[in-house]
Formats: sequence, C-alpha cells, structure tokens
Amino acid sequence: MYELFKTKAEAVGAEVHRFKTKADALDFIVSFLKDEGVSDAPKGYALWAEGPFLDGVDRTSLQAKAPGLKFQVTRELAADSLVGISEAGYALTDTGSLVTDQTAIVQRLVSTLPVIHVAIIGTDRILDGKPAVFAKINPSNSRYIAFITGPSRTADIERVLTIGVHGPKRLVIVFVDDLEGAN
Amino acid sequence: MKKEFKDSVSKAVHNATLTTALGKFSEAYKVNRAKAYEGIDFEALRQNIADRKAFAASHIDLLAASFKIKAEALGAKVFLADSPDKVKEYILKVARDNNVKSVVKSKSMASEEIHLNDFLIKNGMSVKETDLGEWIIQLAGQKPSHMVMPAIHMTKEEVAELFGKEVHERLTTDIPRLVEVARKELRSKFLEADMGITGGNLAVAETGSIVLVTNEGNARMVTTLPKIHIALVGIEKFVEKFEDIVPILTALPRSATAQLLTSYCSIITGPVENTDGSMKQLHIILMDNRRTEMSHDVKFKQAMQCIRCGSCLNVCPIFRLVGGHVFGSVYTGGIGTILTAWFEALQNSEDIQGLCIQCGNCKEVCPGKLDIPDMILEIRRRLVVDKGQSLTQKAIFSVVNNRKLFHSMLRAASITGKPFTSGGFIRHLPFFLSELTEGRSLPAIAAEPFRDRFKKIKQPKLKEKAAFYAGCLIDFAYPEMGESLIKILNKAGIEVIFPQDQTCCGAPARYNGAYEVAGNNAVDNITALLKEDVKYVVSACPTCTVALEHEFIATLESLGRTDWIPQAKKLAEKTVDFSTLVKKLVDEGRLSFRQGQKLGSFTYHDSCHLRRTLKVFEQPRELLQKAGYQLTEMFECDMCCGMGGSYSIKLPEISAPILQRKLANIKNTGASIVAMDCPGCVMQIGGGLHQDGAPIKVKHTLELLVDQVEGK
Ligand code: SF4
Ligand code: SF4
Repeated sequence: MYELFKTKAEAVGAEVHRFKTKADALDFIVSFLKDEGVSDAPKGYALWAEGPFLDGVDRTSLQAKAPGLKFQVTRELAADSLVGISEAGYALTDTGSLVTDQTAIVQRLVSTLPVIHVAIIGTDRILDGKPAVFAKINPSNSRYIAFITGPSRTADIERVLTIGVHGPKRLVIVFVDDLEGAN
Repeated sequence: MKKEFKDSVSKAVHNATLTTALGKFSEAYKVNRAKAYEGIDFEALRQNIADRKAFAASHIDLLAASFKIKAEALGAKVFLADSPDKVKEYILKVARDNNVKSVVKSKSMASEEIHLNDFLIKNGMSVKETDLGEWIIQLAGQKPSHMVMPAIHMTKEEVAELFGKEVHERLTTDIPRLVEVARKELRSKFLEADMGITGGNLAVAETGSIVLVTNEGNARMVTTLPKIHIALVGIEKFVEKFEDIVPILTALPRSATAQLLTSYCSIITGPVENTDGSMKQLHIILMDNRRTEMSHDVKFKQAMQCIRCGSCLNVCPIFRLVGGHVFGSVYTGGIGTILTAWFEALQNSEDIQGLCIQCGNCKEVCPGKLDIPDMILEIRRRLVVDKGQSLTQKAIFSVVNNRKLFHSMLRAASITGKPFTSGGFIRHLPFFLSELTEGRSLPAIAAEPFRDRFKKIKQPKLKEKAAFYAGCLIDFAYPEMGESLIKILNKAGIEVIFPQDQTCCGAPARYNGAYEVAGNNAVDNITALLKEDVKYVVSACPTCTVALEHEFIATLESLGRTDWIPQAKKLAEKTVDFSTLVKKLVDEGRLSFRQGQKLGSFTYHDSCHLRRTLKVFEQPRELLQKAGYQLTEMFECDMCCGMGGSYSIKLPEISAPILQRKLANIKNTGASIVAMDCPGCVMQIGGGLHQDGAPIKVKHTLELLVDQVEGK
C-alpha cells in the first residue's frame, strides 16, 4: 500500500518519506527544517499546528534543536512562514491524496499559507480509494474536509504546468509506522 | 446568420495563436484523458453519474429544502434565488450590512452568468478574481473562453504585458516568473479581503455540504481568510447523498484536465472558525435562473446532469478552431449553446447553434451522459417553430418534401451541370447547391441516377431479399456504389430490391430544424421500404442509416405522429449498414475472400454517424484487411471531415480548415487509398484531394470489396 501511495503521490509532485518510529520522524523533521534554512528570521520560520503527534513531545528541546520552530499559529505568522507542519487523517493510494479534517483554523493556516507544507501521517492510515475514505469521513463532525494532492499548481498560462500559484510550493509527506507506540 | 457573427467566426479561424493553442491542447488532451481513465469503466461510471444527477434534477425542491434545513441547523444562511437580480440584491445586502469594501473570488461560472463582478464594482467594492486564469481575463477585461481554462486563448506575451501594467514593472515572459508575480500580488488581496465568494462544484442535500475543487489553492484561501463566505451555486449542482460525491469526484478532474484528482478538494459543511477565533458568516445562495424550468423540459432536463468539466469543448472540432469568444456568451461550446438558450434566451443561441456540425464527439466523452448534438437540434427545431424557416430554406425543403419534383430537379441538374464537369468532378453546381463548390470539387451529378440504372441490372432470383436504401448521394451522384452493393449481396445469395418511392431520408431538413418536412420524409420512406417483405433494409450511407434506425422514430414522436411509430420501429429493426451486414455474412460463411491478395496500404476515415451513433468501426477495417489491404491508421481517424451536409455551405470558413486537417492526416500515413463508409465523406474528402492533387484514391468500403469477395 505504501509503495503504491508513494508512486501516485510522487507522480503529482509530492515528496514522500517513511520512518519506523516517531523519534526517527522527529529527527528527520529537525534536519529537514535545518536544510531548508528555517531560522528565527522573518519569513524564515516554521509553524507546527497542534495535533496528537505532538502529545508527549518535549517542545522546548525540539525548539532548541530547530530554531525558528513555533507552535503558536496565527494568521499573521502563517502569512509569512516558510514551513507549515500538520497531521493528516488518511492517505489514498488511487490518487496519491491526503485527506484531512481542517475544521480547526490552525490546520488550514499551516497548510495553505506557508511555502512548504509538511504533513505527518501513520502508515496504517493508507486507504485504497475514495469509497473507503468516504465511509470514514463524516461531514456532520468535520466541517472542513480537505483532500490535498500534491503541491499547488496551475496550467492557466499557455497550458504550462507551474507549481505554487497560491498554496504551498512543496508538499512533504512523512509516514510513521509506529505512530501510537513510540515515546 | 448575421454578418457580424460570420465576421467573428472568420476572425477566430484566422487567429493563429488561438487555433494553434487550442489544436495542440485538444490533441494532448485526448491522450492524457485516456491515460487518466485507465482501469476505469467509463460507461459504468457515467451511467452512475447520470442516474444520480437525473434523480437530483427531478427532485430539486425536495433536495433544496433538505439542504436548507441541514445547512441552517449548522449555522449557515441558505437563500433560494430564482433570478439573477435577487442573487445580486442579496449579496449587496450582506456586503452593506458588513461594511464590505473588498471581495476576493474563487472561480464561479454562476457569478459570470449573472455578471456579478460588474455589479459589485458599480456598487463601490473592489473585486478580485483569484483563479489565475480568471484574474488574467479580469485584467484584460474579457470573458472566459473556456469553462475550465478561462484564459486558454492568451499567450504568455499578452499575460506578461497585463501583469506588467498591474505591478508597474517590465516583465519577461518566463511563465514560472509570471506565476510568482500573481502569487505575490494576490496574496495581499486574500489577506485584506472582507468577503470571499466561491461557486460550488457540488451541493449535497443530505448533509448541507458544498464541494469545491481547485488546483491553485485559491478556494481554500477565499474560504479561510475573509470573515464572510458566500457560495453561489446553481441548483443543477445538487446531489442527494454524501456518497454521490464519489463518482463525480472520480470523473470531474479526469474529464476536465486529465488529472486523477485536482490539488485541492474541500468539503465545507456549515460555518467554520475565522482566523481570529470568531465564527464565519456562511451564506449559500442556490440560484435557479430557469434551471427548474429546464429540469421540467422533456428534452433538456438531461442538461441538469452536466458537471461542468468542459471536456465537450476539448474534443469539439469546431471549438478548437474558433475558441470560446465566438460564442459571445458566458458558457461556450456545445453545452454553452444550450445553457445560453436557457439562461439567457432561445434567440441568443440563434447564431451559435449553427456552429455545431453534429459530429457527436462531445456526446461520446461527456461524463454526465448529455446528448449535446441532439439538444442543439432541438434548439434549431424550436427556433424554426418560433420564427419559421428562411425563404431559401423554405424553397429547398418544399422541393425535398415533394419526391417527384426533387428527383426531377436533381435529374435536371445533371444536364445543366454537364458543361461545367471536368474529369468526373463538377466545379459549379446549379440551383441551391451552387455554394457547395467553395474550396473543393464536387462529384458530377450522374447522367443516369441509380433508380434508372437499377431497372437494367440483372439479378438472379433469390429467396432472401434486402431492400436497398440508396439516399440522394448514391442515387444521384454515385450510382456505381449502388451497383457494387448489389453485386456483393447477390454473391451472398441475397436479392436486392429497390423501392422506387424512397426519397430523401429527411436528415437535411431535420438538421435544419424543419421537423415537419423530416416527418413527411420519414412517412414516405417507411411506406416505400416496408411495402415488400424483406429481411434487411440496407444502406451504404451512415446518415441515412441513422435516420432509418433512430431518427424516424424520434422525429415522429416529437411531432406527435404516434400512429406511425410501430411501423417506424419495424423499419428500424430491419435496417443495417453495409459493413455490418457484410461482416455478418462473412461470419456466417456466406461470403469469403480471395486468398493471398496483396492490395496495398489503406487508411480508414471514420464517419461521425457510423462511428459514434452506430458504433461501427471495427467491421470495415476487418473486412478490408481480410480482403488483403494493409491498414495504416491515421491520426485522429475519427475526427469529422467537415462535411456535415449543408454545414459546408453555411460555414465554409470552418468546414474548409477541418477538411485541410483531415487531408494532412491522410497524407501523413503514406497510404495510397483512403477508405470510408459514407458517400458524404467520399464527396468531401474526394473533392478535397482532387483540388489538392494528391494521388490518393478515395473509396467507399464497398467499392474496395466488390471484386474481392466470393460467394459460397
Ligand atoms: S456534436 Fe461535434 S460539433 Fe457539435 S458540439 Fe458536439 S463536438 Fe462540437
Ligand atoms: S456537457 Fe458533459 S462534457 Fe460538457 S461540461 Fe457538461 S458534463 Fe462535461
């Protein structure tokens, strides 16, 4: 399932990574932020939206390892951020999409306004298609359900496919095999 | 057709940027679409969509009521607006009540339909389109030329200039750079805006949800950043259940842009939190604007099944030549013609309905299962009912309606035409056919029509009988095709009879909206062809076959002449096209081929009616190959040749380039023969190649088979 998803998601321009444990995933995110030049500077920082993944994570030591990482998400901060980190609900193999409940405003802010969107998801959340996901999502308790498939793109000028017109220019998906168990 | 309209057509056809861009796009689209649908049963999928949408269309009141209850229970405001004015009033009131100064919009055809931007701007607001294509045309002060790709008619040079003016900077034509300019410019607009307006791709009655599909992410910003969200949704966007989203979401991106899914799809159910923690004001306007009336119309209710994917435009040979602006209105192409006739006025579709050549390409790909060409014919018919036929057309059809007169005039044409004939082709035709010779040669009217020759043909007395329906072209221009057909069927042990009272199949009248005339033609033919008890009624002209098999019934039904329907059905059952019949006879072992023949290479041109209405395309290819010809397929073998009956007279400026394209595709195969199953196509392509001088034989399949088949 994972390989299939990876192929489909990469075909639409997403970057897909997989880690065994939560700790491995955290290490990756820290080094990713470093590599992208995330820092405390204006327009250079990263925002991490609240979610279950962060439960039990020592944020202070994380921030020490990744300067410029903030857990406070506001409209003003999001508008100028370089990276936004959030969690996704499901991954779909047929289209390489992430499906996520974005009723909470922070979820939308970190996935629409930053230049790069990093999405974390458990490897066990991969489903094989829309019927499977539609059996799980329920609009009566998720007011804003978002399907995200690759980065923002357009082909409106001379049909040339160009990345990043309004939304993130990169979508980085981080799979974690043992999401519940670790830490 | 009005002169200004004709002018806009020729201007578009001669706009090289436009036609090249659209041509390239439609070629790539075909390949990409096929790839996107790999592994999907398209017929099953679209039946599924059609069923669900048809259900919604016939229960609109119910669904709207349920939607309203659901969405309002969650805190949204739902407003049912029957007219564009009411929509505008409502939006203005919301804006005034909330002191709105700036508005950002995500793409919405419904708002284009009611010219909302102009209205809001006149009322003192700033309005920005944020879909890149929409923003481009907004800056250019134009209308969208395509439902899905509004700015497809513009070059990067034009875009660079527009953007340059907007940001007061000289810009290069580097596309990623231009996109970056838009990103920067619009980002501040999103953040400043007081109100966001979107359309809706779907509205789900069961849950009160709105579904928004985009690639750029602008809809996500428009529904997140401003504190007010207005979703303006046409009531054709309803589906009943949440699960109904699945098939539509499967087809929409695949059909629209050949994507498996767009970058973003949002399902919004009730208001959400604003960025400052307050609750959003969510207004959902359900716009009618004659949609309910359309859903009650027997012929047009299927138009409610449209999911606005735009694929009908992408495959239309006319649209790709002229682009969207010729249609003069918000919605373009075949579906646009229909929507204009309804959302504006029937009269507004008078010129544009004539653009459809009835090739059926759109019908084949439509995920909503709309029969666009049929609805366009219905528009034609209603226009004729409203306004009556033009004098020339009246004259023509009064002749066609009178078999004896019609046939004697065609005979006369063979005599008057004689001095103008050269090498089997005629340059100037007399009478009403005179304009036909623009841009291509035409066959001479035969000195002796088939109906006279038939009497001299000696046939063995055979038990099984088939009636031959010749159609005007074989009867009066290509009688030798009829003779070949008889030879072939005789070999299979079938005697051919030719009912002399058969007349025009009514297609010309029908395609011009003159249903009364077509109805009379139908009755005359039914009477003539069923007079003797035959096993088959065979035709070698797909247009005629379609008339006999489908249209007689439809025409008589629409005229209320129901007493003729059983007979029409009986005729339909017996009717068969030439290649299908011969293939059947070969399969039954009643005909065989001479062995070991090497007859050279051929390419096959699929005639619109044969391929798409009758679904016949394998049979002739198989027969010709069995006979010993080698097939080299041509590019776009099933694209129209531009003939379309009187279309080539009325719109030669469109017909001619379509033919030229076809000729180039034929020549590119290097084949020495081009085969087809339609005498109309033989006339168009044969005439084109005659003027072009290319040494390629243009043959009806039956002419290529006649000497190659043997009886038992
Ligand atoms: S039938 Fe052919 S010409 Fe008419 S709208 Fe459809 S694709 Fe275009
Ligand atoms: S008519 Fe069919 S093909 Fe055309 S936009 Fe509507 S659904 Fe798509």
